[in-house]
Amino acid sequence: MAHRDTMDAELGGDVVFAHTSQLDKIINLARANSLHYLLFGLACCGIELMQFGGPRADADRFGAVFRATPRQADFMIVAGTLTYKMAERLKLLYDQMAEPKYVISMGSCANCGGLFQLAYSVCKGVDKVVPVDVYVPGCPPRPEALTEGLLRLQDLIMRERWKDKRRPPRTAAGKA
Amino acid sequence: MSQAAIQRLQERFPAAVTGAGVSRGGDDVALVKREAIGEVCRFLREDPELVFDMAPYITAVDYQASEPRFELIYQMYSTKKNHRIRLRVGVPESDPVVDTVTGIWKGADWYERYCWDMYGIRFAGHPDPRRLYMYEEFVGHPLRKDYSLRGRQPLMPERPVDERFRGPGPTGG
Repeated sequence: MAHRDTMDAELGGDVVFAHTSQLDKIINLARANSLHYLLFGLACCGIELMQFGGPRADADRFGAVFRATPRQADFMIVAGTLTYKMAERLKLLYDQMAEPKYVISMGSCANCGGLFQLAYSVCKGVDKVVPVDVYVPGCPPRPEALTEGLLRLQDLIMRERWKDKRRPPRTAAGKA
Repeated sequence: MSQAAIQRLQERFPAAVTGAGVSRGGDDVALVKREAIGEVCRFLREDPELVFDMAPYITAVDYQASEPRFELIYQMYSTKKNHRIRLRVGVPESDPVVDTVTGIWKGADWYERYCWDMYGIRFAGHPDPRRLYMYEEFVGHPLRKDYSLRGRQPLMPERPVDERFRGPGPTGG
Protein backbone atom coordinates (compact mmCIF):
# COMPACT_ATOMS: atom_id res chain seq x y z
CA MET A 1 0.00 0.00 0.00
CA ALA A 2 2.32 2.65 -1.21
CA HIS A 3 -0.42 5.22 -1.54
CA ARG A 4 -1.92 5.19 1.91
CA ASP A 5 -1.29 8.92 2.13
CA THR A 6 -3.81 9.55 -0.67
CA MET A 7 -6.55 7.77 1.22
CA ASP A 8 -9.19 9.56 3.25
CA ALA A 9 -10.73 7.41 5.96
CA GLU A 10 -14.05 9.31 5.83
CA LEU A 11 -14.40 8.71 2.13
CA GLY A 12 -13.95 5.06 2.46
CA GLY A 13 -10.26 4.49 2.27
CA ASP A 14 -9.68 1.55 0.00
CA VAL A 15 -12.49 2.57 -2.35
CA VAL A 16 -10.75 5.81 -3.27
CA PHE A 17 -7.51 4.00 -3.60
CA ALA A 18 -9.10 1.44 -5.86
CA HIS A 19 -10.48 4.20 -8.08
CA THR A 20 -7.22 6.08 -8.43
CA SER A 21 -5.33 2.90 -9.16
CA GLN A 22 -7.81 2.03 -11.93
CA LEU A 23 -7.39 5.54 -13.29
CA ASP A 24 -3.67 4.98 -13.27
CA LYS A 25 -4.21 1.85 -15.26
CA ILE A 26 -6.27 3.58 -17.93
CA ILE A 27 -3.88 6.51 -18.26
CA ASN A 28 -0.95 4.15 -18.43
CA LEU A 29 -2.65 1.92 -20.99
CA ALA A 30 -3.09 4.95 -23.21
CA ARG A 31 0.46 6.12 -22.69
CA ALA A 32 2.14 2.75 -23.06
CA ASN A 33 0.35 1.98 -26.30
CA SER A 34 1.07 5.21 -28.08
CA LEU A 35 4.80 5.52 -27.61
CA HIS A 36 6.40 7.49 -30.38
CA TYR A 37 10.12 7.12 -30.70
CA LEU A 38 12.68 9.61 -31.80
CA LEU A 39 14.97 8.28 -34.49
CA PHE A 40 18.55 8.35 -33.38
CA GLY A 41 20.34 5.87 -35.62
CA LEU A 42 24.07 6.51 -35.36
CA ALA A 43 25.65 3.41 -36.88
CA CYS A 44 24.84 -0.13 -38.00
CA CYS A 45 22.24 -0.43 -35.20
CA GLY A 46 20.34 2.21 -37.13
CA ILE A 47 19.78 -0.34 -39.89
CA GLU A 48 18.22 -2.75 -37.40
CA LEU A 49 16.21 0.14 -36.03
CA MET A 50 14.73 0.60 -39.51
CA GLN A 51 13.76 -3.08 -39.54
CA PHE A 52 12.15 -2.58 -36.15
CA GLY A 53 9.80 -0.08 -37.76
CA GLY A 54 9.38 -2.16 -40.91
CA PRO A 55 6.62 -4.63 -41.75
CA ARG A 56 8.21 -7.78 -40.30
CA ALA A 57 8.99 -6.63 -36.74
CA ASP A 58 6.28 -4.00 -37.05
CA ALA A 59 6.62 -1.76 -34.02
CA ASP A 60 3.39 -0.11 -35.13
CA ARG A 61 1.31 -2.94 -33.66
CA PHE A 62 2.52 -1.83 -30.21
CA GLY A 63 1.66 1.76 -31.00
CA ALA A 64 5.26 2.78 -31.54
CA VAL A 65 5.68 5.07 -34.51
CA PHE A 66 8.83 6.94 -35.41
CA ARG A 67 8.96 10.69 -35.18
CA ALA A 68 11.72 12.76 -36.68
CA THR A 69 11.37 15.56 -34.18
CA PRO A 70 12.00 15.48 -30.42
CA ARG A 71 8.92 17.60 -29.77
CA GLN A 72 6.58 14.78 -30.79
CA ALA A 73 8.56 11.90 -29.33
CA ASP A 74 7.91 10.05 -26.07
CA PHE A 75 11.13 8.13 -26.03
CA MET A 76 14.40 7.99 -27.84
CA ILE A 77 16.14 4.93 -29.22
CA VAL A 78 19.85 5.63 -29.30
CA ALA A 79 21.17 3.13 -31.82
CA GLY A 80 24.88 3.08 -32.42
CA THR A 81 28.24 4.44 -31.40
CA LEU A 82 28.03 7.74 -29.62
CA THR A 83 31.03 10.02 -30.07
CA TYR A 84 31.78 12.99 -27.88
CA LYS A 85 30.95 15.30 -30.74
CA MET A 86 27.56 13.64 -31.14
CA ALA A 87 26.96 13.47 -27.37
CA GLU A 88 26.42 17.21 -27.37
CA ARG A 89 23.68 16.84 -29.98
CA LEU A 90 22.18 13.88 -28.14
CA LYS A 91 21.90 15.93 -24.97
CA LEU A 92 20.34 18.79 -26.90
CA LEU A 93 17.72 16.54 -28.50
CA TYR A 94 16.99 14.83 -25.20
CA ASP A 95 16.44 18.19 -23.52
CA GLN A 96 14.03 19.17 -26.28
CA MET A 97 11.76 16.19 -25.65
CA ALA A 98 8.66 16.75 -23.55
CA GLU A 99 8.24 15.01 -20.17
CA PRO A 100 7.64 12.21 -19.50
CA LYS A 101 10.49 10.94 -21.62
CA TYR A 102 12.40 7.70 -21.79
CA VAL A 103 15.55 6.43 -23.44
CA ILE A 104 16.29 3.00 -24.88
CA SER A 105 19.96 2.31 -25.37
CA MET A 106 20.29 -0.08 -28.28
CA GLY A 107 23.35 -2.24 -28.85
CA SER A 108 26.75 -2.64 -27.24
CA CYS A 109 28.10 0.70 -28.41
CA ALA A 110 25.24 2.66 -26.91
CA ASN A 111 25.36 0.59 -23.74
CA CYS A 112 29.04 0.86 -22.93
CA GLY A 113 31.01 2.04 -25.94
CA GLY A 114 31.22 -1.54 -27.17
CA LEU A 115 33.96 -2.44 -29.59
CA PHE A 116 35.07 1.17 -29.86
CA GLN A 117 35.23 2.10 -26.20
CA LEU A 118 39.00 2.47 -26.21
CA ALA A 119 38.94 5.06 -28.98
CA TYR A 120 39.82 8.67 -28.28
CA SER A 121 36.49 9.98 -29.50
CA VAL A 122 33.92 7.48 -28.25
CA CYS A 123 31.63 8.10 -25.32
CA LYS A 124 31.53 5.00 -23.10
CA GLY A 125 27.80 4.61 -23.00
CA VAL A 126 24.77 6.76 -23.58
CA ASP A 127 24.04 6.61 -19.86
CA LYS A 128 27.08 8.81 -19.29
CA VAL A 129 25.15 11.64 -20.92
CA VAL A 130 21.41 10.99 -20.51
CA PRO A 131 19.52 8.65 -18.14
CA VAL A 132 18.67 5.32 -19.78
CA ASP A 133 15.59 3.24 -18.97
CA VAL A 134 16.10 0.10 -21.03
CA TYR A 135 19.33 -1.43 -22.29
CA VAL A 136 19.07 -3.75 -25.28
CA PRO A 137 22.21 -5.91 -25.64
CA GLY A 138 23.51 -7.18 -28.95
CA CYS A 139 25.86 -6.15 -31.70
CA PRO A 140 23.58 -5.20 -33.29
CA PRO A 141 20.43 -6.49 -31.57
CA ARG A 142 17.91 -8.15 -33.83
CA PRO A 143 14.62 -6.31 -34.31
CA GLU A 144 12.98 -8.92 -32.08
CA ALA A 145 15.33 -7.92 -29.27
CA LEU A 146 14.41 -4.30 -29.72
CA THR A 147 10.73 -5.24 -29.69
CA GLU A 148 11.40 -6.94 -26.37
CA GLY A 149 13.02 -3.72 -25.18
CA LEU A 150 9.92 -1.78 -26.19
CA LEU A 151 7.71 -4.22 -24.25
CA ARG A 152 9.93 -3.75 -21.21
CA LEU A 153 9.52 -0.02 -21.55
CA GLN A 154 5.75 -0.50 -21.71
CA ASP A 155 5.95 -2.57 -18.51
CA LEU A 156 7.87 0.24 -16.88
CA ILE A 157 5.27 2.79 -17.93
CA MET A 158 2.42 0.56 -16.71
CA ARG A 159 4.02 0.50 -13.28
CA GLU A 160 4.14 4.28 -13.00
CA ARG A 161 1.60 6.10 -10.82
CA TRP A 162 -0.30 9.15 -11.92
CA LYS A 163 0.37 10.74 -8.53
CA ASP A 164 4.09 10.75 -9.13
CA LYS A 165 4.00 10.73 -12.90
CA ARG A 166 6.59 13.43 -13.04
CA ARG A 167 9.60 11.45 -12.14
CA PRO A 168 12.04 12.94 -9.67
CA PRO A 169 14.81 14.87 -11.37
CA ARG A 170 17.65 12.53 -11.96
CA THR A 171 21.26 13.31 -11.50
CA ALA A 172 22.20 12.27 -14.96
CA ALA A 173 23.18 14.27 -17.93
CA GLY A 174 26.69 14.91 -16.80
CA LYS A 175 25.71 16.84 -13.70
CA ALA A 176 26.68 14.15 -11.22
CA MET B 1 51.43 0.17 -64.97
CA SER B 2 52.67 3.66 -64.59
CA GLN B 3 56.42 3.35 -64.62
CA ALA B 4 56.33 5.68 -67.57
CA ALA B 5 54.66 8.32 -65.45
CA ILE B 6 57.31 7.97 -62.74
CA GLN B 7 60.07 8.20 -65.33
CA ARG B 8 58.56 11.26 -66.89
CA LEU B 9 58.30 12.84 -63.46
CA GLN B 10 61.95 12.05 -62.71
CA GLU B 11 63.08 13.54 -66.00
CA ARG B 12 61.10 16.68 -65.42
CA PHE B 13 62.08 17.15 -61.76
CA PRO B 14 65.47 15.46 -61.24
CA ALA B 15 66.09 17.43 -58.04
CA ALA B 16 62.66 17.18 -56.46
CA VAL B 17 62.11 13.45 -56.98
CA THR B 18 64.54 11.81 -54.60
CA GLY B 19 63.64 8.22 -55.29
CA ALA B 20 61.24 5.85 -56.97
CA GLY B 21 60.21 2.28 -56.57
CA VAL B 22 57.46 -0.27 -56.40
CA SER B 23 55.56 -0.78 -53.19
CA ARG B 24 54.84 -4.16 -51.62
CA GLY B 25 51.39 -4.13 -53.16
CA GLY B 26 52.79 -3.40 -56.61
CA ASP B 27 52.04 0.32 -56.81
CA ASP B 28 54.50 2.72 -58.38
CA VAL B 29 55.81 5.14 -55.81
CA ALA B 30 57.86 8.31 -56.08
CA LEU B 31 59.52 10.07 -53.16
CA VAL B 32 59.10 13.81 -53.54
CA LYS B 33 60.67 16.69 -51.64
CA ARG B 34 58.31 18.65 -49.47
CA GLU B 35 59.11 22.04 -51.03
CA ALA B 36 58.29 20.84 -54.54
CA ILE B 37 54.96 19.12 -53.95
CA GLY B 38 52.85 21.97 -55.36
CA GLU B 39 54.94 22.20 -58.48
CA VAL B 40 55.05 18.43 -58.98
CA CYS B 41 51.30 18.05 -58.52
CA ARG B 42 50.60 20.87 -60.95
CA PHE B 43 52.77 19.11 -63.52
CA LEU B 44 51.06 15.75 -62.93
CA ARG B 45 47.67 17.36 -63.33
CA GLU B 46 48.41 19.39 -66.45
CA ASP B 47 50.88 17.35 -68.42
CA PRO B 48 49.03 16.00 -71.50
CA GLU B 49 50.65 12.56 -71.19
CA LEU B 50 49.97 12.11 -67.48
CA VAL B 51 46.68 13.95 -66.77
CA PHE B 52 46.31 12.87 -63.15
CA ASP B 53 42.93 14.53 -62.83
CA MET B 54 41.97 12.90 -59.57
CA ALA B 55 43.53 12.55 -56.12
CA PRO B 56 41.46 9.72 -54.65
CA TYR B 57 43.20 9.78 -51.28
CA ILE B 58 45.67 11.86 -49.33
CA THR B 59 46.72 10.68 -45.91
CA ALA B 60 49.66 10.72 -43.54
CA VAL B 61 51.79 8.35 -41.49
CA ASP B 62 53.55 8.98 -38.19
CA TYR B 63 56.95 7.24 -38.00
CA GLN B 64 57.56 8.41 -34.50
CA ALA B 65 61.23 7.60 -34.07
CA SER B 66 62.52 8.39 -37.54
CA GLU B 67 63.39 11.63 -39.24
CA PRO B 68 61.44 13.11 -40.93
CA ARG B 69 58.75 12.00 -38.52
CA PHE B 70 55.69 12.32 -40.75
CA GLU B 71 55.05 11.23 -44.26
CA LEU B 72 52.25 12.39 -46.50
CA ILE B 73 50.86 9.90 -49.00
CA TYR B 74 49.26 11.19 -52.16
CA GLN B 75 47.38 8.65 -54.23
CA MET B 76 46.77 9.78 -57.77
CA TYR B 77 44.64 8.49 -60.55
CA SER B 78 44.04 9.52 -64.13
CA THR B 79 40.56 8.85 -65.42
CA LYS B 80 41.71 9.68 -68.94
CA LYS B 81 44.78 7.43 -69.09
CA ASN B 82 43.67 4.91 -66.45
CA HIS B 83 46.94 4.87 -64.57
CA ARG B 84 47.84 5.64 -61.00
CA ILE B 85 50.87 6.52 -58.92
CA ARG B 86 51.65 7.32 -55.33
CA LEU B 87 53.74 10.18 -53.99
CA ARG B 88 55.42 10.05 -50.60
CA VAL B 89 56.51 13.29 -48.99
CA GLY B 90 58.54 13.43 -45.79
CA VAL B 91 57.47 16.11 -43.32
CA PRO B 92 59.69 17.01 -40.34
CA GLU B 93 58.15 17.42 -36.91
CA SER B 94 59.87 20.76 -36.33
CA ASP B 95 58.15 22.43 -39.26
CA PRO B 96 55.09 20.39 -40.31
CA VAL B 97 53.92 22.65 -43.12
CA VAL B 98 53.26 21.59 -46.70
CA ASP B 99 51.86 23.55 -49.60
CA THR B 100 48.22 22.85 -50.26
CA VAL B 101 47.09 21.08 -53.43
CA THR B 102 43.48 22.21 -53.14
CA GLY B 103 44.11 24.63 -56.02
CA ILE B 104 44.96 21.63 -58.21
CA TRP B 105 42.37 19.12 -57.01
CA LYS B 106 39.42 20.65 -55.23
CA GLY B 107 38.68 17.31 -53.62
CA ALA B 108 41.93 17.49 -51.67
CA ASP B 109 40.23 19.94 -49.29
CA TRP B 110 38.85 17.44 -46.79
CA TYR B 111 41.88 15.13 -47.01
CA GLU B 112 44.16 17.96 -46.00
CA ARG B 113 41.81 18.94 -43.21
CA TYR B 114 41.92 15.31 -42.10
CA CYS B 115 45.73 15.34 -42.04
CA TRP B 116 45.66 18.51 -39.96
CA ASP B 117 43.08 17.05 -37.61
CA MET B 118 44.68 13.67 -37.03
CA TYR B 119 48.41 14.36 -37.46
CA GLY B 120 48.85 18.08 -37.05
CA ILE B 121 50.33 18.72 -40.47
CA ARG B 122 49.43 22.18 -41.67
CA PHE B 123 48.81 23.09 -45.28
CA ALA B 124 49.94 26.53 -46.39
CA GLY B 125 47.30 28.26 -48.48
CA HIS B 126 44.43 25.95 -47.54
CA PRO B 127 41.12 27.82 -47.95
CA ASP B 128 39.43 26.36 -44.84
CA PRO B 129 42.03 25.05 -42.36
CA ARG B 130 39.68 23.70 -39.70
CA ARG B 131 39.59 20.26 -38.16
CA LEU B 132 37.57 17.70 -40.09
CA TYR B 133 36.40 15.07 -37.57
CA MET B 134 37.21 16.29 -34.09
CA TYR B 135 35.56 19.27 -32.47
CA GLU B 136 37.16 22.69 -32.25
CA GLU B 137 37.80 22.35 -28.52
CA PHE B 138 39.92 19.23 -29.01
CA VAL B 139 43.57 19.68 -28.04
CA GLY B 140 46.24 17.69 -29.85
CA HIS B 141 46.10 15.28 -32.76
CA PRO B 142 44.73 11.85 -31.90
CA LEU B 143 46.49 9.69 -34.51
CA ARG B 144 49.95 10.89 -33.51
CA LYS B 145 51.80 8.04 -31.85
CA ASP B 146 52.48 10.14 -28.75
CA TYR B 147 48.81 10.92 -28.15
CA SER B 148 47.82 9.25 -24.88
CA LEU B 149 45.82 6.04 -25.22
CA ARG B 150 43.56 7.36 -22.50
CA GLY B 151 43.38 10.85 -23.94
CA ARG B 152 39.68 11.63 -23.78
CA GLN B 153 38.30 15.10 -24.10
CA PRO B 154 34.56 14.96 -23.52
CA LEU B 155 32.68 18.13 -24.27
CA MET B 156 30.44 17.82 -21.26
CA PRO B 157 31.20 16.39 -17.82
CA GLU B 158 30.46 12.69 -17.87
CA ARG B 159 29.13 10.60 -15.08
CA PRO B 160 31.96 8.93 -13.17
CA VAL B 161 33.45 5.77 -14.67
CA ASP B 162 35.36 3.10 -12.82
CA GLU B 163 39.07 3.20 -13.49
CA ARG B 164 39.15 -0.35 -14.88
CA PHE B 165 36.84 0.69 -17.70
CA ARG B 166 39.18 3.46 -18.82
CA GLY B 167 41.34 1.25 -20.99
CA PRO B 168 45.09 0.67 -21.17
CA GLY B 169 47.86 3.21 -20.82
CA PRO B 170 48.92 5.67 -18.17
CA THR B 171 46.27 7.64 -16.36
CA GLY B 172 45.61 11.20 -17.31
CA GLY B 173 46.54 12.95 -20.52
